[in-house]
Amino acid sequence: MSELLKVPTMAEFMAQGKQPEVLFWVGCAGSFDDRAKKITKAFVKLLNKANVEFAVLGTEESCTGDPAKRAGNEFLFQMQAVTNIEVLNAYEVKKIVTACPHCFNTIKNEYPELGGSYEVMHHTQFLKTLLDDGRLTIEGGQFKGKRITFHDPCYLGRANNVYEAPRALIQKLEAELVEMKNCRRNGLCCGAGGAQMFKDAEKGDKEVNVERTEQALETKPEIIAAGCPFCNTMMTDGVKAKEKEADVAVMDIAELVANAQDL
Amino acid sequence: MHYIPNILFAIVLISGIGFFVKNVKKLARNIKLGRDVDISDNKSQRWKNMTMIALGQSKMVRRPIAGFLHLVVYVGFIIINIEVIEIIIDGLFGTHRVFASIGSLYGVLIGAFEILAVLVFVSVTLFWIRRNIIKLKRFWKSEMTSWPKNDANYILYFEMVLMTLFLVMNATDVHFQDMNSGNIMSQFIAPWFSGLSDTTLHFIERGVWWVHIIGILVFLNYLYYSKHLHILLAFPNTFYGKLQPKGQMDNLEAVTKEVKMMMDPNVDPFAAPAEEAEGDVPAKFGASDVQDLNWVQLLNAYTCTECGRCTSECPANQTGKKLSPRKIMMDTRDRLEEVGKNIDTNKGEFVEDGKQLLDNYITREELWACTSCNACVEACPVSIDPLSIILEMRRYLVMEQSAAPVELNNMMTNIENNGAPWPYNQMDRLNWKNE
Ligand code: SF4
Ligand code: SF4
Repeated sequence: MSELLKVPTMAEFMAQGKQPEVLFWVGCAGSFDDRAKKITKAFVKLLNKANVEFAVLGTEESCTGDPAKRAGNEFLFQMQAVTNIEVLNAYEVKKIVTACPHCFNTIKNEYPELGGSYEVMHHTQFLKTLLDDGRLTIEGGQFKGKRITFHDPCYLGRANNVYEAPRALIQKLEAELVEMKNCRRNGLCCGAGGAQMFKDAEKGDKEVNVERTEQALETKPEIIAAGCPFCNTMMTDGVKAKEKEADVAVMDIAELVANAQDL
Repeated sequence: MHYIPNILFAIVLISGIGFFVKNVKKLARNIKLGRDVDISDNKSQRWKNMTMIALGQSKMVRRPIAGFLHLVVYVGFIIINIEVIEIIIDGLFGTHRVFASIGSLYGVLIGAFEILAVLVFVSVTLFWIRRNIIKLKRFWKSEMTSWPKNDANYILYFEMVLMTLFLVMNATDVHFQDMNSGNIMSQFIAPWFSGLSDTTLHFIERGVWWVHIIGILVFLNYLYYSKHLHILLAFPNTFYGKLQPKGQMDNLEAVTKEVKMMMDPNVDPFAAPAEEAEGDVPAKFGASDVQDLNWVQLLNAYTCTECGRCTSECPANQTGKKLSPRKIMMDTRDRLEEVGKNIDTNKGEFVEDGKQLLDNYITREELWACTSCNACVEACPVSIDPLSIILEMRRYLVMEQSAAPVELNNMMTNIENNGAPWPYNQMDRLNWKNE
């Protein structure tokens, strides 16, 4: 299947003297994490299918600095930011789409003050515009009538008030969207943010991801939808901890849309 | 002799207000111990926020029961204060119910106050029951012992007593009863006092009147020592609250300068650093004590109502970790008060006391448990940002002390060397394409 993927780089566009419509910021998880790579590919398939002229930075991309900043290392964050901004500005990037809410938040909100101002979209927002503009269509699809619950990523939802785009996509699949007791601005963290992904949790009586998974399972879903590679990992682990992996799948919205089309 | 009550009243009033003003000045001084931040942007949005959130209680009502009860007490508090104006005029000039001259409207007004007084009494009683009998979880966390717990109850008792006094005052006021309008509620209390002579009644009425106004002055002065300060500070606090998207954390300017210098090939690395001479590079990065925080964060600390809405939404707290955003705010206030007292006793100078906010009040374990999810910020009804303090203290730990947990150090080393938090090579970034 992969031979069908078209993934041009910014350097290639530049060599042809062209600008892509949008830069796809893949992010570290999307580039290296085995599970997240599948999300990346699903999204690329959709971009290919919709004939979006996009490009990636490839080896020129680097960590946005989000986990460093939130751990408290402002130096490292700004080094990363300034380096990335130099690359982005050199390519005269205007519009960026990313499947990672952490990259989304950092580039959108924290880069402008350091000299990098771009229009930044989360992939669910971008996919929604593709559907709204008729560049992408969903017909029938395997998720029709399936119970799906959506876990709001903190850095997409509360941090940036994006609640509706992912839900609109789920509804476009004609799936049955069920809400957890904590959703939208009251959503509960998956436990990965603020650099927690990279360390053990402090002592407590439970892991945050287990708590959140329990809330998700209460809705008796067939699928837990996520919009963040880190949430995806946390919820997948949570489902495993509850020994529910045979009944409940954790999938990114991009994967849902791509699978609905049998891409 | 005739003027003695008036003079006495003036003395009581002036000392009550004077003491309050003195404390307000101290409060302002303490808040100014924080670093300066420029908050002159977006005035119209700020006024709007203050109007909606502080005046309009828009975030309070997100929890309907507490929100509704709070609304009653809040509206009651504001409106009944009109009565205080009358008390002050009467007290100073020896008049009696000076507003009564406005005629039947007076009866309507006092009638409304009486109804509100009863509603406030009921609400406050329900608040008390929620705290002490139902024992709502968020009021019984580990930081809610001794003073914070008593403080909350004292406020409730105070309000019960003040409301009762107001009604008894009306019920024993023969002149007022004569008017036969406005005593909508007090008429039910009046029979308790039937059979007493006019002199005795008058004596009780005067007594209650005095206790009532003194009670109000005491309550006013109690504010400074209490979480009840929020009734005043909620207004500036919502005005100065964060306007940027919640996920946006401020870029440390001092770091920006250094990074720009490091990355600029034209800068002579051996030249003497000019900035430091000008003194605009802060003594340290991040915060280990209250003086390292900015004044909005300190204002936040004084505004905190200790309601615990933040803590009850906090994922770390919900899963049994030590972190409680409410405690972060309470600790900041306690330490700031301690620093303020230190300055007072040492003639205006802070004398090193071997303590600081970090470790003595807030532990590292608490700081590292935060997922930066912003649930606390979202939940706070008065626009407090506990997360900003947590981040500032992490900055101190990492940039001044290199004291991050080992795994985070590994993560940061990876970013530095490979441009990713994991030990993968940057050159492999596009490998997924062909996998
Ligand atoms: S941001 Fe931190 S302190 Fe606030 S609710 Fe989330 S985990 Fe708790
Ligand atoms: S920070 Fe806000 S939500 Fe938390 S206890 Fe204080 S007032 Fe309540």
